[in-house]
Amino acid sequence: MDPNPKRPKTVDRVDSVEVVNSSESTQLLCSIDPNRKRAKTVDRVDSAESTQFPDEVLERVLSLIDSHKDRSSVSLVCKDWYNAERWSRRHVFIGNCYSVSPEIVAARFPRIRSVTIKGKPRFSDFNLVPEDWGADIYPWLSVFALAYPFLEELRLKRMAVSDESLEFLATKFCNFKALSLLSCDGFSTDGLKAIATHCKNLTELDIQENGIDDLGGHWLSCFPETLTSLEVLNFASLNSEVSFDALEKLVSRCKSLKVLKVNRNISLDQLQKLLSHCPQLMELGTGAFTQELISGPVTEFKNMFSNCRNLITLSGLWDATPLYLPVIYPACARLTFLNLSYATLRSDELANLLSHCKSLRRLWLLDTVGDKGLEAVGSCCPFLEELRVFPAHPFDQQIFLGVTESGFVSVSRGCPRLRYVLYFCRQMTNAAVAAIAKNCPDFTHFRLCIMNPGQPDYLTKEPMDEAFGSIVKTCTKLQRLAISGLLTDRTFEYIGKYSKNLETLSVAFAGSSDLGMEYVLQGCPKLRKLEIRDCPFGNAALLSGLTKYESMRSLWMSACNVSMNACRALAKEKPRLNVEVIRDEDGADDSQAHKVYVYRTVAGPRRDAPPFVLTL
Amino acid sequence: MGTEGLGLEITELRLGLPGCGDERKEKKRVFLDILGGDSGDGAGGDVKNRNIGVAVGWPPVCSYRKRTIIKMYVKVSMDGAPFLRKIDVNGYKGYSDFVRALENLFGLGDECEYIPIYEDKDGDWMLVGDVPWETFIETCKRLRMKKRVSDGGFQT
Repeated sequence: MDPNPKRPKTVDRVDSVEVVNSSESTQLLCSIDPNRKRAKTVDRVDSAESTQFPDEVLERVLSLIDSHKDRSSVSLVCKDWYNAERWSRRHVFIGNCYSVSPEIVAARFPRIRSVTIKGKPRFSDFNLVPEDWGADIYPWLSVFALAYPFLEELRLKRMAVSDESLEFLATKFCNFKALSLLSCDGFSTDGLKAIATHCKNLTELDIQENGIDDLGGHWLSCFPETLTSLEVLNFASLNSEVSFDALEKLVSRCKSLKVLKVNRNISLDQLQKLLSHCPQLMELGTGAFTQELISGPVTEFKNMFSNCRNLITLSGLWDATPLYLPVIYPACARLTFLNLSYATLRSDELANLLSHCKSLRRLWLLDTVGDKGLEAVGSCCPFLEELRVFPAHPFDQQIFLGVTESGFVSVSRGCPRLRYVLYFCRQMTNAAVAAIAKNCPDFTHFRLCIMNPGQPDYLTKEPMDEAFGSIVKTCTKLQRLAISGLLTDRTFEYIGKYSKNLETLSVAFAGSSDLGMEYVLQGCPKLRKLEIRDCPFGNAALLSGLTKYESMRSLWMSACNVSMNACRALAKEKPRLNVEVIRDEDGADDSQAHKVYVYRTVAGPRRDAPPFVLTL
Repeated sequence: MGTEGLGLEITELRLGLPGCGDERKEKKRVFLDILGGDSGDGAGGDVKNRNIGVAVGWPPVCSYRKRTIIKMYVKVSMDGAPFLRKIDVNGYKGYSDFVRALENLFGLGDECEYIPIYEDKDGDWMLVGDVPWETFIETCKRLRMKKRVSDGGFQT
C-alpha cells in the first residue's frame, strides 16, 4: 500500500482522460485503500511550483463544481488542478462504456460515490444491434467493489444487466442508495428482489423501459419493514401485479417519497389510497385510469389530488377515458410536466384537459390527439419548452393520419419558448418548417421524423432540404438534430455550414453522395455523435472524417456503402479509435461492412467482443 | 432437472406421441434453425428491405414503446380446438418469447406436435420464423397452430 503513488506518465489526453499504461493502473488498483489520503503537494516529487493556496482549499472549491464538462476543463489547467479535481470528484459520467476501462476510472478517481454509464449505441433501441453485443455491467461492478465499496448511486442506460450483477450490487455495496436502469436488458424481477431485500439505505429504484423478464410482482414485497428511506420508486414499466398491501405499507412508511410511478395494475381506488399516504409527492405515475364498475366515478375520486400540493409531474394515465380524466383537473394548474404518451386521447379530451394546465413546460402526447389537439396546445400552454408527439400506429398507414405540418405550426405560434421537439408525422412541407423555425428560434433539440422514408414536401414534391436549412440557419443554439424525408446533399451542406453548436446528428434514408457526410464532418465543430442508417455514403465519406473521429464520442453507420477495406484503413490510421464491424447474419457479402461502429477509446480493443463483432 | 442420468426419463409424463422423446430436441433445433437462431434481430433484414419500405427499426420507435402502446391482436386457431384465441403479436421481444406464449395459450408445454403458421398481408400462409421479427409483427394477419402428422409432414 503506497500512500504516495508515483504519478503515471502523461502520454496523451483524449477529452482529458489520461492514457495510463495498463500495468501501472493495475499497480495502482492493487494499492487501493478506500481511506487513502491525497499526497500533499509539498511531498510530491514532481510539483513544479508552489501553489497559491493549500490543496485542501482548492479541493473544497472544486467540490462545488458539478458539471462533468466543467470538471474536465478544470483538470486541464495544470497538474495541481488535475489532482485536486480528481480527488474531489464524487460523480463520474461515462458516455460510452467501451471508451475507458473500469480500472482506468478507478485509478484516476479515488473517491467516487456515484456513477453513470451508457452502453450500447442508440440504434439498439430500434433492434439494429444484435443481442449479446456487450455492454455488460458486471466487469465494472467487480472493479468498483474494490475501488468504491461505498458507492451510493448507479445510473445505467442501454447496458446489459444480469440478475447476478444486481445481486452483486445489492450485497457488495453496503451503502448503496440509488439505482436507475433505463433501456437496459438481461435481468428479471429476481434481480429486483435482491435489490429490495439487501439495500438497507435505498432511496431510489427507477426502472424504465427495460427489456426485463417479468416473473411476477413478488419483488416489491421483499422490501423489509425497516426500510423507510425510499424517495423514488418507479415500476411503471413492469407488467405483473405487485401486492397492493405491501405497496401501501411501503408508501406509508417512506415519508420522504417524492416520486411514485406505479404500473398499470394499480386501479383508481388503489391509487386514491396511496395518495392519501403521500400527499408530499412531486411526481406521480398513475396506473390504469379507468374502473370497471361505473358508480359515480367523478364524485368518488374528485378529492384524490386535492392534498397533493407539490405535484409537478404526472404520467401513466393508461386507458384514460373522458369520464375519469377530470379527476386530475385539480392538480393541473401546478403541473410542469405531463406525460400523456400512453393515453390515447382525442383532440377534444386533450383540449379540455389542457385548459387547466397553464404552467406546463413539458408535454408528451400520442398523435391520436391530431392537429386539433395540437391547436389546443398552442393556445393553452404559452410556457411550453418541450413537446414530444409519438405515433400510435407507426406501422399501419391506413389507420390514422395522426398529426401533420399544420399541428406543428399551431404549436409553434402559441409556444415561442419551445426548445425541444420530437415529432412523428406522415406529411410535412418546407414552408411549414420555415415558419416553425421563425416562431421558435431557440430550438436546442429538433427531431423530426417523417415516417415514410424518403418522402418529399407533399405539396411541392421537392426535397425537404430547405426545411432543415431554415432550422439550422435560424436556430443557432441547436445541439441535437434528427432529419428525415427526401433529402439531398444540400441538407448536409446547410448543416455543415450553419450548425456551429450541433453535437448529435441522426440521419436515415438521406443524402445523394459522399459529399453529404463530408459536409458534416468538415463543418460541425462540436459534433460528438453521428448516427447514420440507409444512406449512400461510402468509403470516401468515412475516411474524410479521419481527423475528426477522435474529437467525437462515436460514429454509427449501417446499411450504407462502406467496405471492409476502408474500415481497416481507418483502423490502421487511428489506433486510438475502435473500428468495429457487426457482421451480417447471412454473411452474404463479406467485403462490405454493413454495420460499423467507430468510437474513441483509451481502453484499447474490446476484450469481450462476441464473435459477430469484428474489431479491425 | 436433477433426474438426468438416473434413467428415469422413460417415466417422465409428457404430452406427445410415444417415441417422441429425443426427436423433440431435434425438431426444436430444426425449428430454431428455421428461425435462424434466437429472436430475430433483423441483422440481415435492413439491407434487403431497404427498398421495400418495411425497414427494420423504422420508424424509430423504441422497443419498449412499441410493445406497450401498440396493440396488435391477431386471432390464433389451433387444429382441433373448439374456439380461437387472440394474442398481441406486439407484446413480445422476439420469436422464442412469442412461440412460448403461443404454446402457453393452448397449454402445449414442450409440445412438438404443432407448428405455428401465419397468414400474411397477401393472404398467403407462411411458416412463422422466416422473416425478421419486426417484419413479422407488421405483416401477420392471423395465426394457426397446425398439427403435424407422425411422419413429420403436415396434416392438410
